[in-house]
Amino acid sequence: MFDFGKWTTAFNDFLLGLMPEWGALLIECVLIAVAVLGAYTVLALFYIIYERKLCAWFQCRLGPMRVGKWGLLQVFADMFKILVKEIISIKGTDKFLFRLAPFIVITSSVVMLACLPWGNGLQIINFNIGIFFMLAVSSVGVLGILLAGWSSNNKYTLIGAMRSGAQMVSYEISLGLALMTIVVFSGTMNISELVWGQESAWFIFQGHIPAIIAFLIYIVAATAETNRGPFDLPEAEHELVAGYHTEYSGITFGFYYLAEYLNLFIVSGIATLMFLGGWMPLHVPGWDAFNNVMDYIPSVVWFLGKSFFISFVIIWFKWTFPRVRIDQLLAFEWKYLMPLALANLVLMAVFVAFGWHF
Amino acid sequence: MSLLLEIGNGALAVTAVLTGILLVVAATVIAKLISPKSYSVKKSETFECGIPTRGQSMIQFKSGYYIFAILFLIFDVETVFLYPWAVVARSLGATSLLCIGIFMVILVLGLAYAWKKGVLRWQ
Repeated sequence: MFDFGKWTTAFNDFLLGLMPEWGALLIECVLIAVAVLGAYTVLALFYIIYERKLCAWFQCRLGPMRVGKWGLLQVFADMFKILVKEIISIKGTDKFLFRLAPFIVITSSVVMLACLPWGNGLQIINFNIGIFFMLAVSSVGVLGILLAGWSSNNKYTLIGAMRSGAQMVSYEISLGLALMTIVVFSGTMNISELVWGQESAWFIFQGHIPAIIAFLIYIVAATAETNRGPFDLPEAEHELVAGYHTEYSGITFGFYYLAEYLNLFIVSGIATLMFLGGWMPLHVPGWDAFNNVMDYIPSVVWFLGKSFFISFVIIWFKWTFPRVRIDQLLAFEWKYLMPLALANLVLMAVFVAFGWHF
Repeated sequence: MSLLLEIGNGALAVTAVLTGILLVVAATVIAKLISPKSYSVKKSETFECGIPTRGQSMIQFKSGYYIFAILFLIFDVETVFLYPWAVVARSLGATSLLCIGIFMVILVLGLAYAWKKGVLRWQ
């Protein structure tokens, strides 16, 4: 497997030869910021066309076809259009909170994006409490949504924000417990150590029964956490206009749109990281020839491929299940999913204590 | 990355936060520069049903949600307690199972109590 860490180390040494340490640090931080911004924008553009095309194909339509070959340039046209839209200031809003809300939503998703391991040595933030840090940052995003709904001075946004808040904080518990199941198994929260722990086989295979249950719980909770699929109550069009971002216009609406797609990528990325081996190729213990062949595929391709597949499944949910009611939604979390996740955590602890895993 | 490793991930996390702020500021400035501006009384109205909005919306909001917020607080703090255990669970072995079992039983009793009191039922 190619280690991108070699390139970054060589580049760092090159910079240190040219200038003092603080200068090198500054340049590296600026380059990282540019890389994150680029990745953020490219991923958002990709996800918009990905979802539009998939939605269309699920409904036996063609989707956007006019702009560019197969409509591939449609997203750039949309992006430009949203930039030239007027930003309307609404009467009676709480100006400060109204402007602050997109910052919180976008910043939380940028920080989470910077935590994901993209490939061998291609990771920016690598805390020893990595996955816990990501959970903590993801719960900050709820604040932005609540602020947006509250400050808009609109009844629909208020209801949408309250629904969203209740939904996101409820499902966050199942999400945390499902990830904790894997932390019990691996014994580390450091993201790169988590990936290296899956070198022999991915955690979903190593931990078999409890890991598979945790994976299913995680996928359901992640769908709810990103306000998608059958759980898109906060933006139920026929009830609440557009939910918490009704009053946002132009690019300020675009921020919520961007953050929503990026959150889809991030939850898929975490699922890949925790259950499907991150950037680690598919390895089967004992099949050395097979493992060597798999190592030839670059790690970035593995990570993105697995993440896009999980996103595909989450988009698929949306076109398969009808939207649930708010009481069903909360009852499902508190009466079924969360007790199941707790029981599964104990099951995994028993498996680990008695060594019943691979 | 010698210095970056020394200063550590804190600097990188701050960089990421600044990147997020920069993204919002830059996009807003660009949009402000190239987008048209116009003003009318009707346009700045709140978008509700087409009829004029009545009163303030930032009101005390009757909701069945607060009880979920309280439950969330309990279980989120519980998550904070469980994560350190999760990291060392493997090295502690069966002992850790016993300790966390007691903690878990108390927690589940709390949930069962809330369930029986009917706070999980939507009103």
